[in-house]
Amino acid sequence: MLRGHEVIMELWRMLEDDAEPPVNPEQASASKPDAATQPAPVLDQPAEERVHVEAIDFSVLYRKVPAVKHVTLGIPAGKVTAIIGPSGCGKSTLLRAINRMNDLVPGCTAEGRLLFDGQDIYSPDVDVVTLRRRVGMVFQKPNPFPKSVFDNVAYGPRLHIQASSNRLAEIAERSLVDAALWDEVKDRLDQNAVGLSGGQQQRLCIARALAVDPEILLMDEPTSALDPRATSRIEELIAELRGKYTIIIVTHNMQQAARVSDFTAFMYEGVLIEFGPTKDIFTKPGEKRTEDYITGRFG
Amino acid sequence: MRLETRKLLDRSFTGSGILAIALMAAALIVLLAPMFTRGAGAMFFTATIEHRRLMLERFDRGNRPQLEAEIENARKARAPVYRMLADFEKRLEAGDAAERRQYEKPLQDLKKAIRTLLGPIPGAPCPMLMRDQYGQTRWDRAQVKLSHALYREEWDYSDPTRSGIMRLEPRAADFTGTKLDPIFPYLEQNLNRMLLPRRTVYWQFLTDTSFDSHFFGGIWPEILGTFYLTVGAMLFALPLGLIAAIYLTEYARESRFIEILRTCISTLAGVPSIVFGLFGLAFFINTLKVSSSKSVLAGAMTLALMILPTIIRAAEEAIRAVPATYKEAALSLGAGRWHAVWTIILPAALPGILTGTVISMGRAAGETAPIIFTAAVSVGKPLALWQVFTQPTPALSWNIYNLATEHEAVDEIRHVQYGLVLILVSLVLILNLAAIFMRARISKRLRG
Repeated sequence: MLRGHEVIMELWRMLEDDAEPPVNPEQASASKPDAATQPAPVLDQPAEERVHVEAIDFSVLYRKVPAVKHVTLGIPAGKVTAIIGPSGCGKSTLLRAINRMNDLVPGCTAEGRLLFDGQDIYSPDVDVVTLRRRVGMVFQKPNPFPKSVFDNVAYGPRLHIQASSNRLAEIAERSLVDAALWDEVKDRLDQNAVGLSGGQQQRLCIARALAVDPEILLMDEPTSALDPRATSRIEELIAELRGKYTIIIVTHNMQQAARVSDFTAFMYEGVLIEFGPTKDIFTKPGEKRTEDYITGRFG
Repeated sequence: MRLETRKLLDRSFTGSGILAIALMAAALIVLLAPMFTRGAGAMFFTATIEHRRLMLERFDRGNRPQLEAEIENARKARAPVYRMLADFEKRLEAGDAAERRQYEKPLQDLKKAIRTLLGPIPGAPCPMLMRDQYGQTRWDRAQVKLSHALYREEWDYSDPTRSGIMRLEPRAADFTGTKLDPIFPYLEQNLNRMLLPRRTVYWQFLTDTSFDSHFFGGIWPEILGTFYLTVGAMLFALPLGLIAAIYLTEYARESRFIEILRTCISTLAGVPSIVFGLFGLAFFINTLKVSSSKSVLAGAMTLALMILPTIIRAAEEAIRAVPATYKEAALSLGAGRWHAVWTIILPAALPGILTGTVISMGRAAGETAPIIFTAAVSVGKPLALWQVFTQPTPALSWNIYNLATEHEAVDEIRHVQYGLVLILVSLVLILNLAAIFMRARISKRLRG
């Protein structure tokens, strides 16, 4: 059994051999309809995969106390990657490092390298605003702004482009359609988003994140505050978005990880224990701790 | 604890709670009811013909021919009084010196009392002060003055262990058997005809400037002054307070310095307002010389300084109460820090900020001490907008204090004092209601 980072190094080497140029956002969005119609790539075809986010000996420290310790892994583009692990294992911290949301936490520092399309996210010349535009995020609790549905979706585009109202409406519609919410809200775009149901709010947050045309979608336990019905809607949505975006989802729910993800990373006490195709992690985990966690012996 | 005891305790607790609330409500009513009824007396009262004459002569208000007819009627009713006085004086002059000496003082007092009641005696030169040019304009005051005309106050200090006792002696006794004997019953019985009382709504109390240091007229300069001071204070305090609150909540890293700063702000909120007043005089007027002496500008700055801590604290609390996830969401979409604050956090914090602001406004409107040395005068004309930089102004709060304590005839202008109180209390009440209303509306909008 290969360790997680070994798998990735393997993939990375293959990718370098291909010398495929990174896909830029315009092309990515242009190719989306095709990607949607294609079935999710089968897991035993790693040669097609490109590493989108790569951590190399990456650590995050809160006031010198490490929360993420020397993690090395590569997250493949266009796939759904789940990060699982018990509470306080550093999975959210790792996720929030990718769009530098950890900057908000006083005393939080990062060591090692975290690469996004080959560029170090924590290098001083990175523009955080551009980074966050390319890396969308959906949060644990649905957090629509207390504004109208339309203003919620249009918030991101308004920040980044000088769009006409027609163009904004187009973007909003496309994002809401992509987030499988359009049919439910198309007649109440000017109503306050806070009035939507929890599940609708969360899909609105996904639409809001999609509206800025990100390459990566980070999801921090996106269904933990939702009922089972709304949860399954979100999971369906994740399945629909697979291929268009690189999705990284942190979840407490093992079944969810098994259902929605292509790859799974298991973290424990800040350390990446195991990383590999979800099928393998759940059927034949290479580590005792992974098996114990998955089978519910601790966590 | 036994169930019975617990139930009894619960019940007595509920009971005492209800009692406390009832007491508070009763105190509020006892406090507010006279304020409102007496304050309303400044605008709704029984006015005499003198009031209508004043309105006609000073403001050209009322139906002139009709009023002139009324004034003529009153003059006719008063004529016997003046005739009796004239007759008596003529006889006195013709009489001997001893008689003259005997009646000189009582006559002077009586004439003065009649002058106060009915206005100047016909034929006498026009007095300088406006208060002497008119008789009693209010029926309630006229009755008091009638009693002064009919009785003279005598103080009995015979018992040195007690304070003096006042006795009312009828003036009629001074003039028994003279031509003036019938003047007293005439005054008593014909006051109605001489003063023609009528229910009046003097709403112009709110928009008239005052005459002869508030003996007549309204309180417009005070209202306007309070408005200028309050709005001016908000103009300084709100932007400063908001910026400070945003800095403290969103930008400042927790450090020793910020901690000290916060303590300073809290301390500032507890500084007595008179200290702010003195500081305003020393700093804004004497040091910065924002104006050569008292001015609305200096007063507004002083008030702003006083309410700044409250606004900072309220805004800070409101901003802190905005869920952190809003900010995270905005930032995760690529918004800059300032943009997130401006488009997401401030709108969501608006109800709280507004409440704090309006409550501070009420405080600024009602505060007296800070403006004593920096802005307030007791009598003044309504200021034009451009005068606020250089001119002092009367203000509601200051004039309540001033008219109730330092005025030359505190008793004569009770209605003005109560009117000022009513307007100030209503103003603060309206501000608070507006805050509640706005808060409810915005909260509703935020909640969907």
